[in-house]
Amino acid sequence: MKAKALLTSVLLATSVLSMPSLASAAEINLYTTREPALIAPLLEAYAKSTGTKVNTVFMKDGLAERVASEGASSPADILMVVDAGNLVDLAEKGVTQQIESSVLNEAIPAQLRDGKGHWFGLSMRGRVLYAAKDIDLASFNYEDLADPKWKGKVCIRAGQHPYNTALIADYIAHYGADETEKWLAGMKENLARKAAGGDRDVAKDILGGICDIGIGNTYYVGLMTSGKGGEEQVKWAEAIKVVLPTFKQGGTQVNVSGAAVAKNSPNKAEAVKFLEYLVSDEAQKIYAEANYEYPVRAGAAVDPIIASFGELKIDTKPLSEIVSHRKQASELVDKVGFDN
Amino acid sequence: MPSSSQVIGRLVAGRTGRSGRGWLLVSLCAGLVVILPIAGLMLEAMKGSAGLWGHLFSTILPVALVDTVILLLGVGLVTATIGTSTAWLVTAYNFPGRRLLEWSLLLPLAVPTYIIAYAYLDILHPIGVVQGSIRWILGYETLRQFRLPDVRSMAGCILLLGFVLYPYVYIPTRAMFLTQSGNLVDAARTLGVSRRAVFWRVALPLARPAVAIGIALALMETLNDVGAAEFLGVRTLTVSIYTTWITRTDLPGASQIALALLMVVLALVGLERFARRQQRYATDARRTRGLAQQEAGPVKGLFFLFAGALPVLIGFIVPAIYLSTEAWKRYQFAGLSPRILDEAVSTILIAALATAATVGFGLVVAYTNRVRPGRLSAMSLRISTMGYAAPGTVVAIGVLIVLAGLDRFIDRTASDWFGVSTGLLFMGSGAALVYALTMRFLAISAGGIEAGLSRIPLSLDHASRTLGQSTQGTFRHVHLPLSKTAIAAAALLVFVDCVKELPATLLLRPLNVETFATHLYGEAARGTYEEASIAALAIVAISILPVILLSRVGRNEPDRSAKTFRQGEIPVHEAL
Repeated sequence: MKAKALLTSVLLATSVLSMPSLASAAEINLYTTREPALIAPLLEAYAKSTGTKVNTVFMKDGLAERVASEGASSPADILMVVDAGNLVDLAEKGVTQQIESSVLNEAIPAQLRDGKGHWFGLSMRGRVLYAAKDIDLASFNYEDLADPKWKGKVCIRAGQHPYNTALIADYIAHYGADETEKWLAGMKENLARKAAGGDRDVAKDILGGICDIGIGNTYYVGLMTSGKGGEEQVKWAEAIKVVLPTFKQGGTQVNVSGAAVAKNSPNKAEAVKFLEYLVSDEAQKIYAEANYEYPVRAGAAVDPIIASFGELKIDTKPLSEIVSHRKQASELVDKVGFDN
Repeated sequence: MPSSSQVIGRLVAGRTGRSGRGWLLVSLCAGLVVILPIAGLMLEAMKGSAGLWGHLFSTILPVALVDTVILLLGVGLVTATIGTSTAWLVTAYNFPGRRLLEWSLLLPLAVPTYIIAYAYLDILHPIGVVQGSIRWILGYETLRQFRLPDVRSMAGCILLLGFVLYPYVYIPTRAMFLTQSGNLVDAARTLGVSRRAVFWRVALPLARPAVAIGIALALMETLNDVGAAEFLGVRTLTVSIYTTWITRTDLPGASQIALALLMVVLALVGLERFARRQQRYATDARRTRGLAQQEAGPVKGLFFLFAGALPVLIGFIVPAIYLSTEAWKRYQFAGLSPRILDEAVSTILIAALATAATVGFGLVVAYTNRVRPGRLSAMSLRISTMGYAAPGTVVAIGVLIVLAGLDRFIDRTASDWFGVSTGLLFMGSGAALVYALTMRFLAISAGGIEAGLSRIPLSLDHASRTLGQSTQGTFRHVHLPLSKTAIAAAALLVFVDCVKELPATLLLRPLNVETFATHLYGEAARGTYEEASIAALAIVAISILPVILLSRVGRNEPDRSAKTFRQGEIPVHEAL
């Protein structure tokens, strides 16, 4: 009796929940770790101009595992993820395919895409310093985060968070693991509170008097300042100023969000067309504006809030090299007990 | 070590011969449902080297292990204290507001751990309401003059988890107190034991199985939690598993830690069972007088009301008010998302399907253990708890490995033989998700229903069989009616858990399907918590109804039902 109930429920699930997993020609399927609200405007604009419907499923962890497990039967055409490390992972897991597109290659600077055409950066963000307004600070080096003069004054999210492991990996690329360990231990000494929460909590905690400086991504400042997050966040943003920090021998650490065409994409031609759309002036504007990011296409408009931080000088180390130090960075975080 | 229900069942089965074979078969299938994804994980774990453990032992494990143990001890202590004391309060005493308290003590169940963490982080922030008021009252001008300790701490995590997880202890313990014989208490009182001492020396020791299962469930929830721990900066083993997988892209390594953790949990559960192997807690078949309630005086009554209401206030009312105001602000600011209706439908539909499957399988597993006891049926019952003990993200990966693999196989076979592509049958339809939820929450339904069945006196089975009923007939006419409250309670609990579930839902749902939990996560993941407040409120709201039902089921049973039958009846609250 119960087995019958179960069978019924499975059948029901199949019929009721069943979504177009077998895509028709005018549809493409997007697996994304970018939050739905960020890409919805783009998908709408794309549907409007081309008539192609983009089906999406938002995931966080396990996107690569899901595509890999689905194998040749996977309906995924495009894989969209945040963080260069995740893009490299997709390529290394063999779930992407090589794309030759002069449109993509011309629009995206070489250091922001895969040399073999397996993934493409679509937008860019900097990992920068949030400082209390009343602090006299015109410039800042990442190295200073370990300076004892900031003891008990630094706020930052978990060291194991991908945003931070990327920053630490960049440090390793500059100075090697030993120096980085010392730097991390020094920064740990300076923490005003546990390394936890999100980037916006840094601004909130600076307003709350918990800390004086902290590390966060550029776009959060745009989101807070713009009032999109409500009045309270405007107050958080007003408590801070943004300083674009640099390495002493380099620039500001940046990361990308990007996309790849799935290895078993059922609609490859459509998928490439969609990617090419994403680097068009129109899409770059929408994409960057939706989340206050820097566009990758040279000359595309930057939101005034973001532009007000000053000129972004991208760090010299290529993304692929930074990514290769990620595991080591994560292990160093454990070693110095950064998150404890 | 056969349990009492097994002994009972064996006696019955002696006469039933081959009947119950069908039950056993389905029960084993349920076991298979749980074991397959774990087998998938084992395969994954074997792909990795053991190299990870050196690093883990020298860096993270000592800290994570200590932190996990402290967290578990803390949450165990808090849930046990709140759960048992409130249960005793509402059963042993009568005071104004007791009836209201009786069911509202369940409400924190509706608040997921990740939501309570986020709510209190905001409420107790230096620029939040509480500290702002304190500064105002004390006349401090600036934020830097006065600050409460940070919520982001082990103590904060223990308290917050404790205040939403205590109902897991409250529910079965209260049910136990309710069915405890008043005669025992009277005997104790006659022998000069004070009323307070009765709690420590008679009621509590007798309620031990209920307290133990409640704490076990609360602790498994704690182990499963990633959201709240991450929010509050507590590095548990589960967080380490997660970091190993995500930051180091080492899925085999993560599977190894997850399996090790699973072994530890199972060992603990086994140890607890072993510790009370000799004890029998079954009630008498004849209805005995329940515990008489003592009237509390006005002052004492007011104190009781306040003490009992405190957990509800902290675990439900404050976060609910907070979420309501945030959601209202958001609604005025941005209106209601047009997708909210679709999300409601998906959320309820998925939870309902998963609940049906979970309760169906749970019933079979529990019942088989009664009518066809033996090593196999006991094994199924034991295995059914494994899904609950493993971290949700890891369960999801295990299910993914198995079902996507099956999908691929079916698709390839169909293409080869018939030239038709089936696409992804399980992943594409949501069946994979329903499967994962079933596997995850089978422990709740099987455990709850087993507890319910075990209180039905064996004499009823005998009578039914003597009167010529078959196994199926006995089930339909005796056990099902007598355990329907336990079944209903299990269903409601599973439903609420399905609504709150995040990691499996996030990873396994089909294209274009969004639930409240995934929507909430989608906003929280990019730090736009304010956007998430409406979805968070919706999750709490959807869960309130089953929670209230949970407190009511079985209460309105007509009094005319035979006294002897009432004894076997499981108060809904016994659901665990």
